[in-house]
Amino acid sequence: MAKKTQNQRPETVLEIKGLSVTLPEGADREFAIQDISFTVGKGEIVCVVGESGSGKSVTAHTVMGLIPRKDLTPVAGQALLNGEDLLVKSEAELRELRGERMAMIFQEPMTALNPVMKVGDQIGEMLEIHTSMSASERAARVLEVMADVNLPDPKKLFDTYPHQLSGGQRQRIMIAMALALEPGLLIADEPTTALDVTTQAQILDLIKDIQERHGTGVLFITHDFGVVAEIADHVVVMQHGLVVEQGPAAQILGKPSHPYTQMLISSVPSLVPPERPEREVRETALQVHDLDKTYDDGGFLKKGRQVKAAQGVELVIHRGETLGVVGESGSGKSTVARCIVRLIDPTGGEVMISGQNIAGLAENALRPYRRDVQIVFQDPYRSLNPRRTVGQSIVEGPMNFGLSHHEALERARELMRVVGLAPDALDRFPHQFSGGQRQRICIARALAMEPKVLIADEAVSALDVSVQAQVLQLLDDVRQRYDLAMLFITHDLRVAAQVCDRIMVMQNGVVVEQGLTSKVYANPSHSYTEALLGAAPGRNTEFAKLA
Amino acid sequence: MLGYVIRRVLATIPVMVIVAAFVFLMLRLSPGDPASVIAGDYATAEDIARIREQLGLNEPILVQFTKWIAGLAQGDLGTSIFTNLPVTTLIAQRIEPTIMLTLTTIIFTVLVAVPLGTIAAWKAGSWIDRAVMVFSVAGFSVPVFVLGYILIYVISIQLQWLPVQGYRSMFEHGVGPFLRHIIMPTVTLSVIFIALIARMTRASVMEVLQEDYVRTARAKGQSEMKVLLSHALRNAAVPIVTVIGIGIALLIGGVVVTESVYNIPGLGRLVLDAVLARDYPIIQGLILFFSFIYILINLVIDLSYTLFDPRIRY
Amino acid sequence: MSVDANPQVAEPETVPAKAELSQWAIIRSHPSIIIGGILLGIMILVGVIGPLFTADPIALNPIKRLKPPQGEFLFGTDFLGRDVFARVVHGARISLVVGLAVSGIAVFIGLIVGMISGYIRVLDAIIMRIMDGLMSIPAILLAIALISLSGATLTTVVIAIVVPEVPRVVRLVRSVVLTVREEPYVEAAIAAGTKLPLILYRHILPNTIAPMIVQATYICGSAMLTESILGFLGAGIPPEIPSWGNIMAEGRTYFQLSPWIIFYPGIALAVTVLSVNILGDGLRDTLDPRIARKM
Repeated sequence: MAKKTQNQRPETVLEIKGLSVTLPEGADREFAIQDISFTVGKGEIVCVVGESGSGKSVTAHTVMGLIPRKDLTPVAGQALLNGEDLLVKSEAELRELRGERMAMIFQEPMTALNPVMKVGDQIGEMLEIHTSMSASERAARVLEVMADVNLPDPKKLFDTYPHQLSGGQRQRIMIAMALALEPGLLIADEPTTALDVTTQAQILDLIKDIQERHGTGVLFITHDFGVVAEIADHVVVMQHGLVVEQGPAAQILGKPSHPYTQMLISSVPSLVPPERPEREVRETALQVHDLDKTYDDGGFLKKGRQVKAAQGVELVIHRGETLGVVGESGSGKSTVARCIVRLIDPTGGEVMISGQNIAGLAENALRPYRRDVQIVFQDPYRSLNPRRTVGQSIVEGPMNFGLSHHEALERARELMRVVGLAPDALDRFPHQFSGGQRQRICIARALAMEPKVLIADEAVSALDVSVQAQVLQLLDDVRQRYDLAMLFITHDLRVAAQVCDRIMVMQNGVVVEQGLTSKVYANPSHSYTEALLGAAPGRNTEFAKLA
Repeated sequence: MLGYVIRRVLATIPVMVIVAAFVFLMLRLSPGDPASVIAGDYATAEDIARIREQLGLNEPILVQFTKWIAGLAQGDLGTSIFTNLPVTTLIAQRIEPTIMLTLTTIIFTVLVAVPLGTIAAWKAGSWIDRAVMVFSVAGFSVPVFVLGYILIYVISIQLQWLPVQGYRSMFEHGVGPFLRHIIMPTVTLSVIFIALIARMTRASVMEVLQEDYVRTARAKGQSEMKVLLSHALRNAAVPIVTVIGIGIALLIGGVVVTESVYNIPGLGRLVLDAVLARDYPIIQGLILFFSFIYILINLVIDLSYTLFDPRIRY
Repeated sequence: MSVDANPQVAEPETVPAKAELSQWAIIRSHPSIIIGGILLGIMILVGVIGPLFTADPIALNPIKRLKPPQGEFLFGTDFLGRDVFARVVHGARISLVVGLAVSGIAVFIGLIVGMISGYIRVLDAIIMRIMDGLMSIPAILLAIALISLSGATLTTVVIAIVVPEVPRVVRLVRSVVLTVREEPYVEAAIAAGTKLPLILYRHILPNTIAPMIVQATYICGSAMLTESILGFLGAGIPPEIPSWGNIMAEGRTYFQLSPWIIFYPGIALAVTVLSVNILGDGLRDTLDPRIARKM
C-alpha cells in the first residue's frame, strides 16, 4: 500500500481541535489530555501512540462519549465528526451517532462481548438499534458482514457464544459488529494487544483491508511501534496528555524530530540479533531432560480432559549464558519455567541442578536447592507483598538460608545499588515505586539468594518500552556480573533477539526448534518459527536509532 | 449436558450422607446422657430407660448407624416418642401451610427485591440507592418476630384490617380467606429475605455494569434500559439465583418463628411443639427433612445455571 | 551502559498521593463507621455499667404487674410485676456477650479450618463437603437440636450458634487463601525456600484480616438475632435469665394487653443489631473495596 504524504491528506472525517479533558480531583495531574489537535481523514489510519498514562485512551473514549463527563470533563476544544461537534451533543444524540457514524473496537475481545448472548445476535443488535430492518433482513446482513471480516462458515458461527471462539475470531466478530452500519469512523483501542502475534498480523491485515475497501477513517490507539509501522498512514505521538509530535508514518518512524519520540523509537528492540561473540561452552548450570507436564481437569466421576502443557522438553543452560524460550500463549513456555522452579510438579522427566534431579523431590529435600534457581515474574504490581517493606521482601530468602538479619540487610543494600535504586528505599513499601522500579526490586530479591540460574518469566512484558529497555539492560548486566545462567521467557521476538544467546521455540507444549539466536532468526528451520517471524509487526521497517 | 446433570445429582449424595451422619452423631456425642436430658428434670429411671430404648441408644454404635442410614434410605425419618406416629406422617399432616407460606414469600420477595436491587445499582449513589441500602441494613437487623408483632399490633389490632392469627387453607376455605391470613406472615417473613436479595442483586448488577461488554453495548448506541435488561440483568442472574437458593436456609429458620407468631399450624409449629414436649425424634426428623429439601432446591438451582449461562455446559 | 555508571534511574518515582491519606481521613469519608460505632458504644456502655443503676431485674412485685410505661416504670412492668426497663438493660449485657463470643469463636475456628482447607489439597475436598453438609442444616433448627440435647445454658447456646456460623467463615477464608496463594509474591516466597507455616503467617494471614473483621461484625449481629429467636421460641438461655429473647417470650401471652413487654426489648435488640451491621458495612467499604463490590 502506498503511504500518502502529508500534503495530500484526504477529506476529514474526525477533527480534534484544541481538546482538553480534566482528570477528577486528587489525580496526579490536572489534565488527562491538554490542548490536543489532529485529524483523521477518509480512508486513513491514524495511530495515536504513547506509553501508559499518555492520555491516548482518554482521547478515544472522549470522542465516543463513553466516559462519564463528571469524571473526565472536556473543558476546551472540539471533537468534530464530519463537522459536527460531539462534545455539545446530548446523550440521546450521541447514542444515535454511536454505531451508525462511529464505532469502536476494544483491547480484550473476550470481555468486550456479552458472554451469554449469541455472537450473531450481538452483531444483529447493532442493526436492531439503528435500523428498522426485519429480523430476516437483519440476519442476512449479519451473515454478510461476518463473511466480510473473513469469518469461516458464518451460518454456523452465528449461533455460537463468545467462549466457543478463538481470540482472533472474537475480534473479527467485534469488527463485524463495528462495521455493520458502515460507519465513517472506526476507533480501535489497542485491538491487537491481547492477541498472539500471528493472530495480530491477521487482524491488522483485516483492518487495513477494510479501511481500503470501505474508505473508513480509522483512529488506532496503540503503544506498539511495530504495529504503527504495519498500518499507520499518519502518527500522533502523545506523552503526559500532550501531543508531542505528529506527521506521516514514514517521517515519524524514520526521522523523528522530538527527543521523546526519538527516545521511544530508539527503544524499540531490533528484530535482528546483534553480533555476539562465540562463547566457550562452560559448565552446565541447568539441565532439563524429557520434561512432561500434563493437566487433568477431571474430577469425581468426570472423565478428565488431558492437557499436555509440556511434552518431552529438553534444555541445557550453561553459566553466563542466556537461553530464550519464545512462543505464543498456551505454548507451554511458562509451564516449563514453573516446573523448573518447582512451583508446580512436573509429571515426568528430570530437572538437574547442582548434580541433583529436583523434579520429584519432596518439599523438605527440595528446599536446599531452591536458592539455586530464582524467578522474576511478569506483573510488577503483584510480585511484591504490598504489606511488607521492600527490605523485608528481599531479606526473606537469605534468612531462610541462615543469614542473620544484619547480614541479609547488608546484602540487600548492596543489591539495591546494583539494580540502580537507593539503599534507603529498603524501608519503603512497594506502592511507593513505579512498575520498572518494582521489577528492579524483584531482580534484587532474586539475586539476594545468590542463584546459579535466573528465570525471567515475561519479566519485561508489562513495562513501557522505554522502561523495558532499561530493565533488559539491567538483566544483561547482572547476568555478566554474577555469571548467571538465564532462562528468558517471552512472547516478544524483538526482545528475545536482543538478549538471548540461544533460543528455543515452543508450540503446544513441544519444542519445535532450538539454536543460536542469530541462526534461528536468519534461517528458521521449522515452519512455525517462520510464521512467528513473518508475523512480527514492523519487521520491514527500519526504526530510527539515536545518534 | 446430561453428564453435567448426572454429576450434579450424584454430588448431592455425599452431602446428604454427611448431614445424616452429623445428625446421628449429634445425639450420640452430646455431653451427658441425652436420654435423661430429653426425659426432663422430673423423669423416673424407667422413663429414661424407655427413651434410651426408643432412640436405640443401647445397641453398638455401628449397628445403630447402619439401621439409621438404611431407614433414611427408605424414607424413614424416625418415630415420635409420645404419639408413636412416624415423623413422615406428622410432616404430611402439617406441610401444606408451610409450603404455601414459603411460596408466597419467595414470589413476593423476588417481585420486590430484584427490581429494587437493579434500580439501586443503575442509580448507584442516588437517593433511591441509599434508600434501598438503608432498608436492607434495617431488614437484617429487625428480628422476625418483633416485626410480626408490630404488624399485628398496627394492622390487626389498631386498624383491624386483617385477622390477627391463624391459617386458612386455599383448598378448603377458598382464595379470599387464604390471602387475608397469609398476607401478614408473608410480609413479615419477606423483609429479611428482600434485604438479602436486593443487596445481592444490587451488587451483582453493579459489577456487571462495570464489564467491558456493557461498554460495548453503549458503544453500539444501545439505550440504557436495554443495556440494563438484556445485558446487565441477564449476566447477573447466576449470582442472584444462587443467593436465592442459599437464602432458603434463612427462610426455613424464619418459617419456624413466623408460624409461631401467627399461630400457623405448619412444620414450624411442629418443631416448637416437639421442643416443648421434648420429643427429640421429631426435631431430628425435621432437621433431616429441611436439610434434604434445602439440598434439593440448591441442586435445582445449580441445574438452572445452564439456562442462564451457556458457558456452563459440562 | 554499565550498572555502576547508572546508580539512579531516569524514570520518575510515582508516589500516589492517595496513599498518604491518614486513617482518620479514611474513616471520616465513611460516616457509617462513626454512626455505627457510636450507637454500638452506647449499647456497650448500657450493657456494662447500666445494670449498676437500675432496679433489680428479677424482683417480683405482683401488685404492680402489667403496668404500662410511665412514672416509676419507664418501660412498664411484666406479668410478675418486674421492671421491664431494668430487665432490658440487663439483657443488653447478655446479647452483647453472646454476639461477641460467637463472632470471636466462629472466626477463630473458621480461620484455622479455612487456612488448612485452602492450603492442603488432600483435606480440602473432605472439609468442604463437611461444610456443605453443615450449611444445608438450617441454623436455627441446628441450634434448637443442640440445645435440646445438651440442656440450655449460656455456653450451650453460644456453641449452638457458633456451629452453623463456622462454614461461612471457612468458605470466606478459603476463597481468600485460594486467591492469594496464586499471587506471584507468594510464589516468590516459595521459591525463596520459606516454610509453609511462615508463608501462611507472613503472606496469607494478613490478607484475611480485613474480610474477617467485616465478617465478624455480621456474625455478631446475626448471633444476637439468633439468640433472641431461640429465647423467644423457648429453646434458649434458661428463662430466669433476663435476655431480650426471654423477656419477649414471656410477653407473648399478654401481647394484646401489654405490647410494651415485647416492643421495648425488640427495639433495643433491633438498634443494637443495626449498629453492628452499620459498622460492618462501613468497615467493609473502608477496609476492602474488593469485597465491598461483592456484597
